Amino acid sequence: MMLRGLTKLTWIEIKIFLREPLGAFGSIVFPVLFFLMMGRMTHFNLASPSLAVAGLSGPGLAVLASLLIAISAVLSLVTIVSIYREGGILKRLRATPLRPQTILTAHVLVKLLLTACTMALMFADGKRYFPAGLHVPWFSFTLALVVSTWSILSIGFLIASIVPTARFAQPVGAVILYPMIAFSGLFVPIASLPPALHTLARLLPLTYAVRLLEGIWNGDPWSAHLGDLGALVLAFLVCTALSAKVFRWE
Amino acid sequence: MSPVIQVSGVRKTYGATVAVDEASFDVREGEIFGLIGPNGAGKTTTMECIEGLRKPDRGTIRVLGLDPFRQVYQLQQRIGVQLQQAQLQKRIKVWEAVDLWASLYGRNPAAVEPLLAQLGLTDKRNAWFMNLSGGQKQRLFIALALINEPEVVFLDELTTGLDPQSRHAIWDLVRGIRERGKTVFLTTHLMEEAERLCDRVAIMEHGRIVDIDTPAGLVARHCPERSVILATADPAAAEYLRVIPGVDEVTAAGQLYTIRGRGDDMVTAVIDCLAENRIRVTEFRTILPSLEDVFLKLTGRTLRE
Repeated sequence: MMLRGLTKLTWIEIKIFLREPLGAFGSIVFPVLFFLMMGRMTHFNLASPSLAVAGLSGPGLAVLASLLIAISAVLSLVTIVSIYREGGILKRLRATPLRPQTILTAHVLVKLLLTACTMALMFADGKRYFPAGLHVPWFSFTLALVVSTWSILSIGFLIASIVPTARFAQPVGAVILYPMIAFSGLFVPIASLPPALHTLARLLPLTYAVRLLEGIWNGDPWSAHLGDLGALVLAFLVCTALSAKVFRWE
Repeated sequence: MSPVIQVSGVRKTYGATVAVDEASFDVREGEIFGLIGPNGAGKTTTMECIEGLRKPDRGTIRVLGLDPFRQVYQLQQRIGVQLQQAQLQKRIKVWEAVDLWASLYGRNPAAVEPLLAQLGLTDKRNAWFMNLSGGQKQRLFIALALINEPEVVFLDELTTGLDPQSRHAIWDLVRGIRERGKTVFLTTHLMEEAERLCDRVAIMEHGRIVDIDTPAGLVARHCPERSVILATADPAAAEYLRVIPGVDEVTAAGQLYTIRGRGDDMVTAVIDCLAENRIRVTEFRTILPSLEDVFLKLTGRTLRE
C-alpha cells in the first residue's frame, strides 16, 4: 500500500515538474545545451588544442556537464523542499498515512530519473562531437552519475533542513555546492593543491564523484572504484542521519 | 457509550509561551463539536495534538480509543483532516490529489468521481490547484478529508477568508458529514459559524477552556439579557414600560425607546403591555444575546480583532 502511494506520488511529482516550463528548461535543456556548445567549441579546436580547452575535452567536459546536471537536480530539490515546507504542503502530506520517508523518497526518485534522462539526452546528442571510434560506457557512466547524484542529494537535504526560507534555499545551495567543483580535482589535480585544501578536497563527496565518473568514462571496471563508491555511500549516510535530526516539516 | 475524543489535562508550551493549558473535554459520537476562540487562543495546537501531529507536554488524549501520538498511523486510517493554511502542489490537478489520497488508505476508500461530484468539483477535476478559488480549494480539502470514509473529521478554520456564499455552501457540506454518521471536530473564530453549525462548543482563551455547552445553553446561562427597541409617539409609553416585570431599565432618545431586561418572558411581557395600553408602535425590534456576547462576558474581549 505504501508502495502504491510512493509510485503514485512519484508519478504525480514527475508530471508536476514537467508542467513547470522553467524548471524543466533549467534542469534538462540547459545542461544539454551547455554540453553541446562546449562540445562544439572543443571539437572544432581539436586540430590545434589550446591548453585550457584540451583539459576540458574528453572525460573532463563530460564529467563537468554531468556534475552540473547533478547539482542542478540537487538545487531544484532543495528549492522544492523549502517551498513545500513554506506552503504547508509537507505538513498536509504528513497528516496522511504517508510516512515522511516516502515523501522524501518520491522526490529523490524524481530527481534521479531526471538526471538519468538528461544524461541519456546528452549522449544521444553529443555523440557526433566525440572522436570517431571512441567507446564510452554510457550505461555505466549514467549509473555512476545516478549514484553520485543520490549521494549529493543527501547534502541537498541537509541544506534544505537548515535553510530558513525558500527564498534562501537556491542561493545558499549554490554557494555550498558549486565551489565544491573547484576542489574536486576536475580542473586542478588534488595532489597539487595546498595541504589545507588537500584535506578539504578529501572531505568533499564531489571529489569521489569526480574520480568515479572519470574512471568509469575511461573504461575502468567498477571494482577499481569501490573506495569512491564507499565514500559516496558514507556521505549519504552521514548527511541523511544529520538531516533526520534537524529536518523541520513546517 | 464512550466519547470519540477524550482530552484531559493537556498542556503544550512553546518555549515560555503556554499554548494549551490544562485543556479537558470530550467529543461525543455523531456531533459537530466546535472549539471557538480568537486567533492565538490555542485552538489549532489543541487540534494538532488530537490529530497526532504534535506531542502534548502533559495530559492524555484518546481518539477512537487510540493514543494519537504513539498510534498515529493507525489513527490516520480512521480520521480525516483538513489543516489551516495548508496548500497542495501548485500544479497538481484536482483528480490527481484525490486519487493520490485514495491510494494511501488501506480501507475501502470512497470512489473518486462521486466524491468530486458531491463536492461540486466535477467541472474542476482537471484544474491545477493554483487556479482554484478559495472556496474550491476548501471543498477539495474537504474531499481529501473524506476520502477514507473517516469516523472523525477534523476541520481547522474551514471558512476563514471565504465569501458569505461559499461559507454557507461549506456549512451545508459539514452538516452533510454529520448526517452520514460521522463526528466532526472543528475550530473557528467566527461566532456565527459556531452558532449555526455546532451541536456543542468549547470556548477557549489563552490556552484554557473557559466553558463548554450547546450554543443556546451558553447564551441562556451567561447572557440572559434581552433588549427591545421600539418607536412610539405616545408620551406615556415610558411609564407603562418601566413597570413591566423583568425590565431593568428604559431609556428614551426622542421617540425611540430601549428597554433592557432579562429572562425568556420579557419580550412577551413588553408586547402584552403595548397591547393592553393600546400604545401605537412604528418600529419594534429585539436584540438577543449571541455567542459573541457570551465570549465577551467570559473573557472580557471580542473575538474579531
